[in-house]
Parts: sequence; structure tokens; C-alpha cells
Amino acid sequence: MIPTVGVVVFPGSNCDRDANYSFDYLGAKTRFIWHLETDLEGVDVIVLPGGFAYGDYLRTGAMAAWSPVMASVKEFAAAGKPVIGICNGFQVLCEAGLLPGALRRNSGLKFRCMPVRIRVETLDSPFTSGGMWPGQVLTIPIAHFDGSYYADDGTLEELIATRRIAFRYCDEEGELSDEANPNGSRQHIAGILNEQRNVLGMMPHPERAVDPAVGGTDGRLILASVLYSLQPAET
Amino acid sequence: MSKFTAHINVMPRAEISDPQGQTVERTLPSIGFEGISGVRVGKRITLTVEAPDEESARTIVSNASEKILANPVIEDYELELTPL
Repeated sequence: MIPTVGVVVFPGSNCDRDANYSFDYLGAKTRFIWHLETDLEGVDVIVLPGGFAYGDYLRTGAMAAWSPVMASVKEFAAAGKPVIGICNGFQVLCEAGLLPGALRRNSGLKFRCMPVRIRVETLDSPFTSGGMWPGQVLTIPIAHFDGSYYADDGTLEELIATRRIAFRYCDEEGELSDEANPNGSRQHIAGILNEQRNVLGMMPHPERAVDPAVGGTDGRLILASVLYSLQPAET
Repeated sequence: MSKFTAHINVMPRAEISDPQGQTVERTLPSIGFEGISGVRVGKRITLTVEAPDEESARTIVSNASEKILANPVIEDYELELTPL
């Protein structure tokens, strides 16, 4: 089964083509979905790409969270289908209430654009079940000003207890440290899952680490994992 | 129907660190302003709302503040409402 990946395009999205290219590279069918569209028929995976939806006006992701397409994305997610929000897409998912917490200005007040190491924290999700091991260190680029993950203590405890932290920033050895945390995220969080584990938000850009021509291929593991997860079991 | 002016002051919640405020605070002494502490940076939104009375105007703006103008996960807001 060749899955169809729908890449949502908000005014101001700028990683939509990269996301489309990457899934295309991995053999999926792809389709752009303009933010005013509400029909997600035939789509197997939704991607909310990086960028600056609505110019990041008010707060990152705040306006995009109320776009017409988001009502359909909520239904899509509620039906258990995979949704991945990358960078600005993660911010949109938090503002839309599909993921807990919020993303704040980086602690160093700098736009950080560089490859970082992230550690795989759980294999129990469609994004991490296909082809990685627990604690595996991936190299994936980040490019953001507002990526400092914040949630209150109770929410963090729940995320930990239910193993819903998908990725943590770490060093080359997989160790956690303030130095290896590029934005001051609480609990070194680089990516989290929703309760049903079918919605992933992450600040790093896996779609920028797929084609070796632009540096690294570790992003393939995450994107390909989603595609594998949709395959029917062999009989 | 009456018109009201609303000012919504949105601030990072007290228990949350405010890197912008901290940076401004560190800069102030270097340009000659001593004795300043507790700097926090927020934003102020101004709008006009039309409603039958002040109470319903306040409800409309409060709901808008909760839903989109402020993010209750990280921000508190205060509402000032005056008849126009």
C-alpha cells in the first residue's frame, strides 16, 4: 500500500515543499492541502510543516490553529490517523490543543539554526516504531526562534509517566545536558506525543535530513516509520 | 448596542521565566539606569467591542482572550474595559 501524505500549507509555511519532497523521495504519494480546504479524504498522514504561518502574528501558531483545515485535522487525529507537526507545525498543534504545553522564545534569545542530536525516548508510536532502537541518537537540524518547550510540572510528570516524550535533545553520546539543550526546553524535550500516540510534534526538521545531498539521512527513520506503520500486516 | 474600548494586558505567567525581561534588566545598568529590577515584557492589545451592555462586552473579550488573544498555558491577562 502506497500511503498518501497530505502537507498542509498555511500562508507563511516555508517547509511545505521540503516535506513534500522528502515523502516523495521515500516513495509515498504526496498532496498539498491549502489551509482553507477541509476535505482530507484519501489522505493517510497529515504533515503540518515548518515556517511562519500567518507571519507568527500574536504568537507562533496562534492564528493557524484556528484555520478551517485544523477542524478537519482534529477529526483526522481523533480517528487515530498519524499527524506530524514539525517546528512551526509543533507550535500549531500546541495552540490547537492537540498537544499539551507551549513553545516559547528560545532561552538564549537567539534563532538557532544547526544540526542537533536527539535521543529516541520511546518506540511506542507510528513515528518511532519502524527501524530505531531506544536511546538511539539521531542528528537532525533545527531552525527556530521559538522552540523552548514549556509545560507545567503536572503535565511534564504525566508526559514522563505515560512515555509520551518522543525525543530529547542530547549530546553525541546520548547524554542530557544544558549545553546540549539548544533552546532551554523543559525536560530537554524536542518532541512529544498526544495521549493516543498518533500525533507527534517536534522542533527538529526530519524532512531536512532525508536527501544526502543536503546533509544527513537520519530524518528518514522518522518519516519512513510513519509509512511502515500504515502497512497492513502480512497474512 | 453600546461600544466599549478594551485593553488586554498579556503577561508571561509569574512562575515562568521571562528571558526578554531578564535581558532588558541586565542591559539597563550598562546604560546608566540603576536600581531597576523585576523587568518583565508582555504585550497590550487594544480593541473596540459592540455589545448590549458592559457585562456582555466583558464576556466577549474575556472569551476571546482565553481562546486566542492570550495562551493560558504561558500567559495571564488583565482586561480593562471603558465605555466609548
